[in-house]
Amino acid sequence: MCATTLSQRPPVDREHALFLLQEMLRVRRFEEKAAEMYSLQKIHGFLHLYIGEEATGIGAMQAFSPDDAIVATYREHGHALARGIPARVLMAEMFGKVTGCSRGHGGSMHFFDASRRFYGGYAIVGGGLPIAVGLALADKLQNRSRITACFFGDGAVAEGEFHESLNLAALWKLPVVFLCENNLYAMGTALARHQAQTDISRKAGSYGMASNAVDGMDVLAAEAAVRQAAQSVRNGNGPFLLELRTYRFRAHSMADPDLYRTKAEIEEWKKRDPIVLFQSCLREWGFLEDSDLERIETKIGAEIDDAVQFAEDSAPEPIEYLLKDVEGPVTT
Amino acid sequence: MTKMTYREAARAAMRKALREDPRVFLMGEDVGGYGGAFAVSLGLLKEFGPERIRDAPLSESAFVGAGIGAALGGMRPIVEIMTVNFSMLAMDQILNNAAALRHMSGGQFNVPLVVRVATGGGRQMAAQHSHSLEGWYAHIPGIKVLTPATAADAYGMLLAALREPDPVFIFEHATLYPLEGEVDEAVQLMDITHASVTRPGKDVTLITYGGTLGKTMQAADRLAQEGIDAEVIDLRSLRPLDAPTILASVARTHRAVVIDEGWRTGSFSAEVSAQIMENAFDDLDAPVARVCSAEVPMPYAKHLETAALPKVEEIVDAVREMIARHG
Repeated sequence: MCATTLSQRPPVDREHALFLLQEMLRVRRFEEKAAEMYSLQKIHGFLHLYIGEEATGIGAMQAFSPDDAIVATYREHGHALARGIPARVLMAEMFGKVTGCSRGHGGSMHFFDASRRFYGGYAIVGGGLPIAVGLALADKLQNRSRITACFFGDGAVAEGEFHESLNLAALWKLPVVFLCENNLYAMGTALARHQAQTDISRKAGSYGMASNAVDGMDVLAAEAAVRQAAQSVRNGNGPFLLELRTYRFRAHSMADPDLYRTKAEIEEWKKRDPIVLFQSCLREWGFLEDSDLERIETKIGAEIDDAVQFAEDSAPEPIEYLLKDVEGPVTT
Repeated sequence: MTKMTYREAARAAMRKALREDPRVFLMGEDVGGYGGAFAVSLGLLKEFGPERIRDAPLSESAFVGAGIGAALGGMRPIVEIMTVNFSMLAMDQILNNAAALRHMSGGQFNVPLVVRVATGGGRQMAAQHSHSLEGWYAHIPGIKVLTPATAADAYGMLLAALREPDPVFIFEHATLYPLEGEVDEAVQLMDITHASVTRPGKDVTLITYGGTLGKTMQAADRLAQEGIDAEVIDLRSLRPLDAPTILASVARTHRAVVIDEGWRTGSFSAEVSAQIMENAFDDLDAPVARVCSAEVPMPYAKHLETAALPKVEEIVDAVREMIARHG
């Protein structure tokens, strides 16, 4: 049954609702395929899956235009897909191929796309926040109206860079939407074991910054809250901290044996699977038939199959280019 | 040519850049109202206003990172870090972001950021304000490391750095700020990739940079009185390192001493020495010698600090011993 916070009546039209469902399913199927490719040793290194957190990234990304900048973390596959980076170039990146979004230099944790103002996956926790502040500073200094979205997790809140960045953004009234995807674990350390104040949204108060917290398993609630936060920033009110409360269903990375939480806890959270929740709402509202779901799954399946095939068929970066992009000619 | 101090030269370069390029701005601790901890930016706030001369909170990681972000966003930031010891607080942004972004993004993003950092000892500032860590920075692919030793370089290097597409770190030895020199304010685009032979000579090559150039020149003068004709190379840039100039000199003199205010172990002087060994072994009449700082956190008391830093006599002695022992 539909149990989202916005369940009383459909707050969106059917077309947009089905789009959101499709986007969340794209991420879910992409991540499942990535896990499979990792186990087949097509993908190496670290692989951090977004499964369970789809509603936050998909909901959030609806609030940003192509002009806005996106700064993400090492768990950024969902953000990259939501931003419109084709699944095939993301898969190719993880396969280490030259057709990848970072020419195979970055891998799973470092997706970049200049054409979509996707400023990257940052794998030092908290390290992306100062970058987002700087992007927003550049916009302010050049009197541009665009804004910057900065994603990070609850683990980043313990870093000095979180506090320094919030202070600087608030002090200079910079157009940044800080989006904390709180999945309750900093790698394997539970929120209550690393934060004295576990209500992350309240930390904004120390910096005189507006903030809010929202159910991150409810894609419509997440979208609405991020739109509201983004609008506040666009209106010139300075930065905004939004905490999206979510949960990852898979381990921290493929290397994580997941010993620090119980299976029962995970199963309890899976009852609030954002995709399952949203589907039940859509059915209740008469927006979704089995045939719709079948059509969506077929389309996504083809996209994911194409992504794997493309990654498989692509060439690796020629070894003679190893040092090519360390320093460069003037490009900007 | 205009006579001015090293401090005035750095300021004049910033003023010129701020006037000519609306993308340039200065950001750092106390660069505005205070005028800079070393008074390098004194007066710039009045001329350019607080939007372009930005006093930052004591948040090295945030404002260096913001400089990176602003560079990505189309600006040409100059970030000032008060001392190299403080730059450790921004090391994550420098190493993991500024230096890595171009390559990590497959060449899509570059970071045209200039960071000015005061470095070095000699002012009794003790163990948290006095070290010479520029050699650490020279270890990092993806950034350039400049060490102006003269007013002319303080001026020209800053302007040239602002034309670079990638991060440039400029280490200004704090004892140099009051020293005067001739500056060519009409310089168009200074060469920042080559070392310079500050003093030609034929008997030994003294290789140094930044704050120890003066001591090395004094040592060369002393040696000249003893009939030893020393060549002095000012490296100017630690990364890239101009090895050809070093090797060509060693091929002529057959002897080399590296003078570096950094510590000896795992140091930039070791890198220079290794490159000579790797590429000019057969030219050498003696092993490469080094004059470095003592392996100790910089002490406060004057006599201890003096003892810890490279000294003119040590340079002279190193050359004397080299010639006495190896001919």
